[in-house]
Amino acid sequence: MATVDLHTQADVHHHDDHDHEHGHGNFWTNYIFSQDHKVIAKQFLITGMMWALIGGVMSVLFRLQLGFPDADLTWLKPMLGQWITPEGKIDTEFYLALVTMHGTIMVFFVLTAGLSGTFSNFLIPLQIGARDMASGFMNMLSYWFFFLSGVIMLISIFLSTGPASGGWTVYPPLSALPQAMSGSGLGMTLWLVAMALFIVSSLLGGINYITTIINMRTNGMSFSRLPLTIWAFFFTAIIGLLSFPVLFAAALLLIFDRSMGTSFYLSDIYINGEALPNQGGSPILFQHLFWFLGHPEVYIVILPSLGITSEIIATNSRKPIFGYKAMVGSILFITILSFVVWAHHMFVTGMNPFLGSIFTLLTLIIAVPSAVKIFNYVTTLWKGNIIFTPAMLFSIGLVSFFLSGGITGIFLGNSAVDIQLHDTYFVVAHFHLVMGAASFFGMLAGVYHWFPKMFGRMMDDRLGKIHFWFTFVGVYLVFFPMHYIGIAGFPRRYYSWTNFETFNSFADLNMLVSVAAILTLAAQFIFLFNFFYSMFRGKAASANPWKSNALEWTTPRNPGHGNWVGEIPTVYRWPYDYSKPGAKDDYIPQTVPYSETPESNLPHENDLIKLEMEDKNAIVVDDKKH
Amino acid sequence: MSLIIGLGIVLVLFILYMIFRIGNLVGLVKDSKEGEHPGNDTHGYLFMIFLILGLGLFGWYSYAHFDSYVLPVASEHGAVTDGLFWVTMWITILAFGLISIVMFWFTYKYRYNANRKATFYPDSHKLEIIWTVIPAIVLALLIFRGLRVWNEITGPASEDAEIVEVIGQQFAWTARYPGVKDKQLGDVNYKLIDAVNEFGLDLTDKNSFDDFKSLELHIPKGKEVLLKIRAKDVLHSVFLPHFRVKMDAVPGMYTNFKFVATKSTQDMRNETGNPEFNYEMACTEICGKGHFSMRFLVVVDELEDYEKWKAAQEPWLKQNPEYLTKVPAALREVAMIKSGIPVESEAAVSATTQNVSISN
Repeated sequence: MATVDLHTQADVHHHDDHDHEHGHGNFWTNYIFSQDHKVIAKQFLITGMMWALIGGVMSVLFRLQLGFPDADLTWLKPMLGQWITPEGKIDTEFYLALVTMHGTIMVFFVLTAGLSGTFSNFLIPLQIGARDMASGFMNMLSYWFFFLSGVIMLISIFLSTGPASGGWTVYPPLSALPQAMSGSGLGMTLWLVAMALFIVSSLLGGINYITTIINMRTNGMSFSRLPLTIWAFFFTAIIGLLSFPVLFAAALLLIFDRSMGTSFYLSDIYINGEALPNQGGSPILFQHLFWFLGHPEVYIVILPSLGITSEIIATNSRKPIFGYKAMVGSILFITILSFVVWAHHMFVTGMNPFLGSIFTLLTLIIAVPSAVKIFNYVTTLWKGNIIFTPAMLFSIGLVSFFLSGGITGIFLGNSAVDIQLHDTYFVVAHFHLVMGAASFFGMLAGVYHWFPKMFGRMMDDRLGKIHFWFTFVGVYLVFFPMHYIGIAGFPRRYYSWTNFETFNSFADLNMLVSVAAILTLAAQFIFLFNFFYSMFRGKAASANPWKSNALEWTTPRNPGHGNWVGEIPTVYRWPYDYSKPGAKDDYIPQTVPYSETPESNLPHENDLIKLEMEDKNAIVVDDKKH
Repeated sequence: MSLIIGLGIVLVLFILYMIFRIGNLVGLVKDSKEGEHPGNDTHGYLFMIFLILGLGLFGWYSYAHFDSYVLPVASEHGAVTDGLFWVTMWITILAFGLISIVMFWFTYKYRYNANRKATFYPDSHKLEIIWTVIPAIVLALLIFRGLRVWNEITGPASEDAEIVEVIGQQFAWTARYPGVKDKQLGDVNYKLIDAVNEFGLDLTDKNSFDDFKSLELHIPKGKEVLLKIRAKDVLHSVFLPHFRVKMDAVPGMYTNFKFVATKSTQDMRNETGNPEFNYEMACTEICGKGHFSMRFLVVVDELEDYEKWKAAQEPWLKQNPEYLTKVPAALREVAMIKSGIPVESEAAVSATTQNVSISN
């Protein structure tokens, strides 16, 4: 005992009574209807992984059609039944259903719920030093609404009329009129119901994340000491909270148009020999409402991955993240801009061209903070001491995808250039790299990095690296060639291009893409095996296997509900003190006060020592050393 | 047969699993001997190989084959947007190449070494400002050039532009021309659409009498064309890849796109050396199961050929004279003259009219 304990028990962060909850409840309260953020995170993760598998298999199915248009697919008949035509081809409408479901599943169920749901839930309390989320109950509800939403979406896939098939953007009138395509019948109704529940889930989660981050940080965990993961989750939740309700409104109006005879989106329609009575609506209204969520959604998907990557790159370069403030600033700037760029999806939809000019301007501005992030990642690698853990490999892969996919946004954001490229494979390549593959890589990196904390065991290192190389090369082989056929004008969502002389070529390139897609999907089974095998038989993890500074590694190997045994540690420094000159180790955890590291303190940090002592909430860390 | 395949797969998976187990056990023995991060260097090398092979393949393939991907441009504004496309392309390739090289070089150069310590380098205002300002300036240049082009493309069409209406429906396109007499498109109303009157032509408007339908899009070379685009059922999108034209067709409203074609179909056949070459129009907004089949033939004629072609087309009303009954009596004669229906058949028509009015 070197110092005086000035800690006051009145502090709101210390709900020590939670400590002993774990192990008390029964199987149902511990593993199914658990309110422990860590269990909920794992539920999100495993559900997200199942959806990723379904979405991935769907993409391979339609890639079969695109890469091998002459192949006989009768062998799929046992699985797909009537969706395989008697000639052994995928039904054209089912093709669109596959494309639509692949998009919906990947964007919402995997990269929104599976990503934010997993890592915001898992890391927020652990990294800010809280026992659990602000409301464990709401958190549990969030998962179960997501689960219900997933069940409904899953049911829709098995309808005889097929699931929603009008593209993941569900533009009316196509999505509003069952006469227009069979998927717009019951399948679309279930899509809307599922999305409404999904939005509820997303809002319940988001409110919790924001509240927890603002209110439940441990002593000393000021905003400027938050890991970048938390900053990213924080802004992601804010984006979701502000934009998802707009999608809800859009969906509600669409429900009205579909079932109650209103005309929000419908006007002057003659279909199947019948003129519909709806007049005065505008399909473009839906597009505005949809993309008001749809574009921020892109950042909901990518920001958590960028946060995860920041943490992993810093840890495994053994260097502080370069430009912490610039990183936070760029996330903030991206958050703000994400709300004012939506109409760049609509340059050629008949929107007033003047709006096109405004949105070109605003859209290209967003490239600046994105570029800053890339430069900062690269500079973090500079003169580092890089350890290629699987998580680190995937993080580097993410930066590469974010660069190659992001840079094509400069073409698409410029309305004049977008005219030709809009709705071609150039767009497909662009967003699959920048938000699809990049945020998938962030998610995988996160799993590899925090698996030891989740399950107390290590994932197999070699399998992880093999998984990385197959996936990294595979993803590039899938999406890089798409730029070429996009420049050649190949439109998206085409079942086949042979009707056109202009597009009746490059069959070999499409075959390459399809083969690469199949191999990339196959490589994911290495991951699945590694994940489930290591969960039970992996090497036992040490307390801090990556020698990381962040707070989650101060918990026991298998933290119970409440996370820390005894008091929550106090935080004295930012989480990126890696390889500090003078320090004896190449990392100094956040819980080490400046008073203990006089050899490595910077001048202004020495001044903080006094404050550490004066802080009446300060917990004496020396206690723990004995 | 499938049993054998199934067994084969199980066997392969089992062998892989055994390799994994054996590797694990060997790893346990070796771990204690090797350094802290065994095999770390491998990935540094692999990143360099990936970088060199990747950029090499990208450069070689683009150099050797890019021409086959670029559609020859055949419109005035298309040449300008292509120019902007290429400026953007060179800037992005430069940035992409540089950043990729630097990043993968760093992963190789600074891979783990037990004898070295990473440099504590948390920030640098100078660097941050440099790489905020440079992209901002480059982007500003691209934006201003882009906006100038955009404003020209989307500006109002000239008075004497050739107007053509393009109509999308599941799953075909049709075109309507204003006719050679009044050069004005007649009014339409979707409630008047039926199996024959597919435009929903409002025959109380005298501009509609000489409108004609075409199942090919004919446009003149060297003269401004204004496409007035609409859809009957769901969203479609007009895409003329060689002309760099794209605009959605929206039910309930007209959208417009104006452009000047610079090469006739024949010019393009000469240029590409393909005597079979045809311009085409495609749909680029998902519209249902036949989305991929909405091909519309486009023909660019020399101006005089275009005028000749137009003059040779029969007005829709002439093709469907029974619709004269929908024309108000006072306008019927004008309608017959404008659409070119011989006046002697008027008796027959008025008989029909009477029949209709009786049956009504």
